[in-house]
Amino acid sequence: MSTPRIAVLGDRASVLGFKVLGFDAVVAEGPEAARAALARLVQQGYAVIYVVEATAAGMLDAIAEYADRSLPAIVLIPGSRGSLGLGLAKMKRAVEKAVGADILFGKEG
Amino acid sequence: MELRVNPNRMQLLRLRVRLKTARRGHKMLKDKRDELMRRFLDLVRQNKELRQVVEERLGRAAGQLLMATASASPAVIEEALAFPKQKLDLRVKKDNIMGVRVARFDFSWGGAGGEADLYPYGPAHTPADLDAAIKTLSETLPDLLRLAEIEKAAELLAVEVEKTRRRVNALEYVLIPKLEETIKYITMKLDEAERGNLTRLMKIKQMVHEAEA
Repeated sequence: MSTPRIAVLGDRASVLGFKVLGFDAVVAEGPEAARAALARLVQQGYAVIYVVEATAAGMLDAIAEYADRSLPAIVLIPGSRGSLGLGLAKMKRAVEKAVGADILFGKEG
Repeated sequence: MELRVNPNRMQLLRLRVRLKTARRGHKMLKDKRDELMRRFLDLVRQNKELRQVVEERLGRAAGQLLMATASASPAVIEEALAFPKQKLDLRVKKDNIMGVRVARFDFSWGGAGGEADLYPYGPAHTPADLDAAIKTLSETLPDLLRLAEIEKAAELLAVEVEKTRRRVNALEYVLIPKLEETIKYITMKLDEAERGNLTRLMKIKQMVHEAEA
């Protein structure tokens, strides 16, 4: 296996800064392009893929498909327009799946 | 509801062994579920805290970057960031949490010379806000990786917890009651046959007596 790499997927303004950290920035505008880009990144064997929330919003089902694989780790991050709370929502679903009820996030909502 | 078996001693013995195994398996799976759940909730809690920190910092970085693009043209900024000097060296290790394979991330910078290498451009034509944005981002990096690690582990554990919970419930509410009932059914059948046999013997003995008299 080649050396593991990290990618950031999202709109141009949001992923720009991550280039400096040595991440591979992938710009995808529109849900179709984002889906294709995500599938490509997974296939290329990226270990961690950060997806900007606004981009992820249109393809949560595609992201959920990789939930039971040990790699890649797909993590939602807030974009240049601030947090949408999708990252927390993802964890909330995991809790509901495991426990059968939402026991952690209910109050803070 | 009971299993369809022939009510004989052979089946009874076999079912008793199965029941014993099922009970032991149930107990062990229950322990596994409890421990998995504990670790899972632990991870989720950590994840929540970490995410708040990371989101706050990324928001700050995005704001600084926005300021930078406001004071210089986007083209200049993009050009400045086009060729990063830093090479991120990521290492992935496999770890094992209760039989669930999770990844651990570890990284180091591959750049040559310390902090200056973080900025892949000259300071002359770029706004100071850009430097600030990059500094904020680079400070967030360890937490960002840790977040990926914890979130992935939590996701994988969630799947495992669900699986284990289903198994525990299947044993507790389906298999074990079924076995118990079937064992009871066979015992009763055998007892009934025994009683029938006894009365038959008594009746025959009486008939023999009467014939002799």
